[in-house]
Amino acid sequence: MSIWEYANPKKFIATAGAVLPIVAPLAALVLAVGLIWGFFFTPDDYKQGATVKIMFIHVPAAMMAINVWGMMLVTSLVWLVRRHHVSALAARAAAPIGMTFTLIALATGAFWGQPMWGTWWEWDPRLTSFLILLLFYLGYMALWEAVENPDTAADLTALLCIVGSVFAGLSRYAVKFWNQGLHQDSTILKVGEKDPLDPAYYVPLVVCIIGFVLLFVALVLLRTVTEIRARRLAVLQARERLG
Amino acid sequence: MMPELGKYAFAVLASYGVTLAALAGLVAVSLLRARRMKRALAAAEAGRGRIDG
Repeated sequence: MSIWEYANPKKFIATAGAVLPIVAPLAALVLAVGLIWGFFFTPDDYKQGATVKIMFIHVPAAMMAINVWGMMLVTSLVWLVRRHHVSALAARAAAPIGMTFTLIALATGAFWGQPMWGTWWEWDPRLTSFLILLLFYLGYMALWEAVENPDTAADLTALLCIVGSVFAGLSRYAVKFWNQGLHQDSTILKVGEKDPLDPAYYVPLVVCIIGFVLLFVALVLLRTVTEIRARRLAVLQARERLG
Repeated sequence: MMPELGKYAFAVLASYGVTLAALAGLVAVSLLRARRMKRALAAAEAGRGRIDG
């Protein structure tokens, strides 16, 4: 058994059809538990008050915004090296999901920033690199639509994905690189260190992160199957036109 | 049942509202397009079957 078996569109669709009925309800359940826990059953922070509840959506969305681009990078590289169509279509299918997570991270960051920093927006290294990441997502999606030949579109978007990975990486490490600006560094990996995240917040946050990951897996499977079908339909229609 | 959000009610509720709306929209669009594409492909393959057969 090899992972490359899933490069076969029929095998991929069959596997997605078997996995989706498990992953989709699980995603809904875990996400609901995490968000309800975070919103209703966590205490106010002594400094940030009730705004700490925004963390349960802002942090998972921001993590996923970067990680989805990482997944797109891997599948784009697989396309460039091995020319598996499913791989390119998986990257295409993931982009709107990553774009939505990036929008959520930016919007919730603005809502959180206004009362805590006194501003909706600041040209801070992390915020700015996230805005650039959003533009890369939009450009990536537009490029797929703009190029008629699907293989050429896959090649060009794969290259754009590689370039955009620099900004996805910067989004993650901007705070460390520049060590300035308003945005703090991550606290979720500081368990056991000085000034860690309290378990009252940490546990529901981890549940929310798992929920966002499961939601992404469910959506990317569904959307990749749709892209495979769209490609097949386009081929059939082209053949019909030729006679 | 509703937690006391005080002066931060707008920030918290707007964050959750925007997130839930965006995720619901994404799920709805994905499901609708999946259903439409499945139906369109099935119709195209059935038509092709008639031609081939």
